[in-house]
Parts: sequence; C-alpha cells; structure tokens
Amino acid sequence: MHAHPFDPYISSASPVHTLDPRIKLGLVLSFLLGVALTPHGAWAALILFFASLASAVVLSGISPLRILRRSLIGLPFALAAFPLIFTTEGAAWFSLQAGSWTITATSEGLLRFLSIAVKSWISVQAALLLSATTPFPDLLLALRAFRIPQLLVSVIGLMWRYLFVLADEAIRLMRARDARSGVLAGRRPGGGVIWRARVAGGMAGSLFIRGFDRADRVYAAMLARGYDGETRALPAPPVAPAQYGILAAGCVWLALLVLAGILIR
Amino acid sequence: MLLHDLRSAWICHRPLWMGFGLTGIWLATTAMHIPDGFLSLVVALIFWMLAILAIGYALSRVRGELKERQVPLMGVLAAVIFAGQMLNFTVAGGTSGHLLGAALATILIGPWPAVLVMTCVVSVQALVFQDGGLLALGANLFNMAVVGVFVAWGVYRLIRKITPDARWSRLLAGFLAAWASIEIASLAAAIQLALSGTSPANVAIPAMAGIHAIIGLGEGLITVGALTFLMAVRPGLLDGQSAPGESRLVWIGGLVAAVLLAVLSPLASAHPDGLEWVAEQTGFLDTAQGPAYEIIPDYVLPGISNAAAATILAGVLGAGIVLTAAWLVSRIRKRSASG
Repeated sequence: MHAHPFDPYISSASPVHTLDPRIKLGLVLSFLLGVALTPHGAWAALILFFASLASAVVLSGISPLRILRRSLIGLPFALAAFPLIFTTEGAAWFSLQAGSWTITATSEGLLRFLSIAVKSWISVQAALLLSATTPFPDLLLALRAFRIPQLLVSVIGLMWRYLFVLADEAIRLMRARDARSGVLAGRRPGGGVIWRARVAGGMAGSLFIRGFDRADRVYAAMLARGYDGETRALPAPPVAPAQYGILAAGCVWLALLVLAGILIR
Repeated sequence: MLLHDLRSAWICHRPLWMGFGLTGIWLATTAMHIPDGFLSLVVALIFWMLAILAIGYALSRVRGELKERQVPLMGVLAAVIFAGQMLNFTVAGGTSGHLLGAALATILIGPWPAVLVMTCVVSVQALVFQDGGLLALGANLFNMAVVGVFVAWGVYRLIRKITPDARWSRLLAGFLAAWASIEIASLAAAIQLALSGTSPANVAIPAMAGIHAIIGLGEGLITVGALTFLMAVRPGLLDGQSAPGESRLVWIGGLVAAVLLAVLSPLASAHPDGLEWVAEQTGFLDTAQGPAYEIIPDYVLPGISNAAAATILAGVLGAGIVLTAAWLVSRIRKRSASG
C-alpha cells in the first residue's frame, strides 16, 4: 500500500492550471481576504463569491463534486460557533423551556452562525481549488515569491520529498501491529488503553529513529555531492505581464464584491 | 459567598453547558486547526505577527546552532512528525487517539528546531491538505508551533531540574510536557475564538480545556511510549539537549506562557462575549495597579466575580511555589555538589 492518494494535485490542461502559481496564490489570498471582510448576513455578496469560485472550478476542469466532497470535512468545526445562536443578543426567534431552563435563540445569532459556516465553507473550497490545480514544486515557488525564507522553503521541500517515504513506513508499522494482534472470536482484545498507547508510542519512537538515521544518510549524501550548507535555487522565471493583469482584474472584482457586501444587506 | 457565586454562575449558564457537550465532541474531532472564517481579521493579523516574530527568531537561532545539518535533519523530522500523526491507537469503541508530536520533537531536538519543524508541518497541512485555514494559519502556527513547543520545553526542563536524574523522571517529564503542550495550546485556540466573537468564551474555553485535557492524556501516553523505546534503543539521543549556551530565559519563558494562559482562561470563561472580556480585562489591569486587595470573601473586583479572582490568585501562587521550589532545589544541589 502506498501513500500516493495524499497528493491532492489533479493533473489537467486548463487555464487555471497554466496560471502562474504566484498569481494563483495571490488570487486565493485576496479571495479569502474578501470573504473575511464581507459583513455577516451579506448573502448577495456571499452568493457572488461562491459563483466566482464555482466558475473557476468549472474552468479548471476539476469535478465540482470532488471539491464539494473534500470541503465537507472541515464543516464539523462550525459547531464551535453553534452556541452563538443562543448567546447573541437580539430579537428573540424561539424559546425552549424545560422546567426552570430557558434557552432563547435569536435571529441575530442564527445569522451570525450561518454567516460563519458559509464563509468558512467557501474559503475552504478556494484553498481546495488551489491545491488541486497547483503541483507542489510550484507551490514552493509561490512561497518563495511571497518572501518566505529560503531555509524554510528548503525544509518544506525536503519534508515533502520524504513525507511519502515515511508515511509508507508508518503504514507498514501499523500493518505489522495488525498482523501481530490476534483476537479470539467473541472475546475482547487484550491489553488496556494504556498498553495500546505505549505500543503506539513505541511505533512513533521507531519512526523517529528511522527518521534520524535517514536524515544522517541524506546529510552524508548531500555532503558527498558538494553541499556546503547554502541552499540555492534556480532564479524564478519571470511572471508574464498578462498574468499581472489577471491578478489586478481579480482583485478589482473581489473589491467590488466586498463593497456590494457592505452596501447591500 | 463563593459557593453562592459558583451556583448562580452554573444556573445562569446552564443552557450553555448543554452546548458544551455537542461543541466539545466536534471540537475534539477536528482538533486544534482553526479553519478560515472563524477568526476575525484583527485577531488573525495579530497572531500572524506574533507567529512571524517567533519563527523569524527561531530561524536565526537554528542557523547558528545546527549549521549545515539543519536542512536534512529538520526536513526529515518534519516528515516524521507528519507521518507520525497518522499513527493511531484505539481508545474506546470507534474513537482513536493521535499524536500531535510537538512535545516529542521538542524533547528530542530542542525548542528552536522544533518550532521550525512544527511550522513546516502545520503550514503544509493548511496549504495542501486544508487542515486549518490560510488566513488563520498565523494563529494555528502560534498555537501549535510556538505555544505547544515552548510549554513542552518549559515543563520538561522544570521537571528534570526538580527530580533526580533517573529513568522515571524523564518519563514523567515527557508525560507532563506532552499533556501541558496540548492543554495550553488548546486554551490559546479557545481564547482566539472567544476574542473573535465566534464562540462565547464561557463555552469555548471549558469545552476546549476539558476535551483536550483528555486528548492530552493520549499524547502523554504515546510520548512516554516513544521515550521508553528510545531510551532502550538509543540512550544517547535524550541526553544531548541541555546545550551549554541554553539560557534559563527560554524554559522559564515557556512556563510563564503556560501559567499566563492557564490563568487568563478561567477569567475569560466567566464572560460569554469575548470583546466584553477584553474590556473588562483592561479594567482589571487598571484596578490591579491601585492599592493591593485582600482575599476577603465579600470583596468583588468591578466586573470580575470572586470565583475568577480566587482562581487567578491560586494560579499565580501555585506557579510561584513551583518556581521557588525549583530554584531552591537547584541551589541545594549546587551547594551539596560543591561542599
């Protein structure tokens, strides 16, 4: 079994795929900023934000169902905002009484809860589109353009390189554990929670040791190939002027949407 | 009087405690990565700045300490932490426990490299796997890569200083460091949610604190298991962490952060509205600069109930006692070593 399914990149030839990754990251961050700036309850603006994103998804050739399915994973966190329905002050919407308990839901509270949930859902889809249309090395290029220090970018790159190798090791460790865990039919498996946690801890320790050894080997290999501690990268290819135009147009459109959100309620 | 305050607080907030259960379960399933949309822009930007400051300083420290080994070592260890977060163990029925890894990384490679390693892990989780938002990434980095690492380091060094150099002391230190890193990081996340007005403070803080107190036990147990394995197979690995240039400031800083968050939380959890809490907090600070107050049951600070004041006092006293004990023990050890 391999860990390839982790990589969210879906290869395709579409205008969104061929956009410069730096422009794409800039557009996504502007989009997220625009959604964040939209006030609560500005449904018209939020629908327009969603429509803009949906058209980008259609343009990219990625199946919208795929994006929708992946976006639902983060939705349970919306329940953190659930109590807002009952704690925000405003016009009472309904009240529940059970003996001496009274909970009053307000329409303002419901508005805030739904706004937060919808904005979060739209934001996560924008990030999903970015990772589905941008291969990882291009994302690193975008990070460099956004002035992330070269050391961090190199460490992230090396991490990605060895992530799938070590994820495979973790999967093999778990498979070995399963192979050594016998269960008699109709009986509870032996060992309490503490014992199981200690076994998992041993697996984590084993993974760390393999990591340290691998890091030593990688370092030796890098030294043998002339590594001197300085991480260098090829000069980044220039961004085509037309792409800057796309970024500017996108930002203007997003600013208009935010304005619409503030003015139309 | 104190009991009456507590009872009335329970009765007023009872409906909200109902939300606790549901909220708690879902918060637990999604752990500590806050998605976009849940933090106000102001809160997100403030924590971006704090995270950038801490990570920038960590970069300069690591460049000096590790030199050329830094890139391969941190890169592979970041992959280890990432992969290690896949490891699970069954807790009960269908639920399983997972590893965050901040404490284990800190114990093995020291706080500054651990900050960078956790930064890489959390950033890629947000950017590629949408585990946490991009605007909220600053706050998530602050919680997991900064607070998680430094609280773990502070607790680990403290326990090692006040206990003899034995196998059990390392395991105890590792367990408490792992538990504290999860618990305090979750408090930071809860306070961020409360300040943004997304979650009322008197639900978010107890929910996060309560649920992560249990999750922290799992993290502590896995960390103990890993340390046991490492001590048996590579005993030298755990001994190289008290670098001669390591200043007292670093681990005490971690402890101060832990105490600060632990003390602010009961204060904040008395008020549902996060912004209202900030205003009252400033009021409290102004009052505290005035004449000293006595612990009289009838005395009530403006805007703050007795229960919160007592909790703060207990927290501060407790921290003071522990730190004084640590200092005294280290002095006694030094004297007996030289005498």
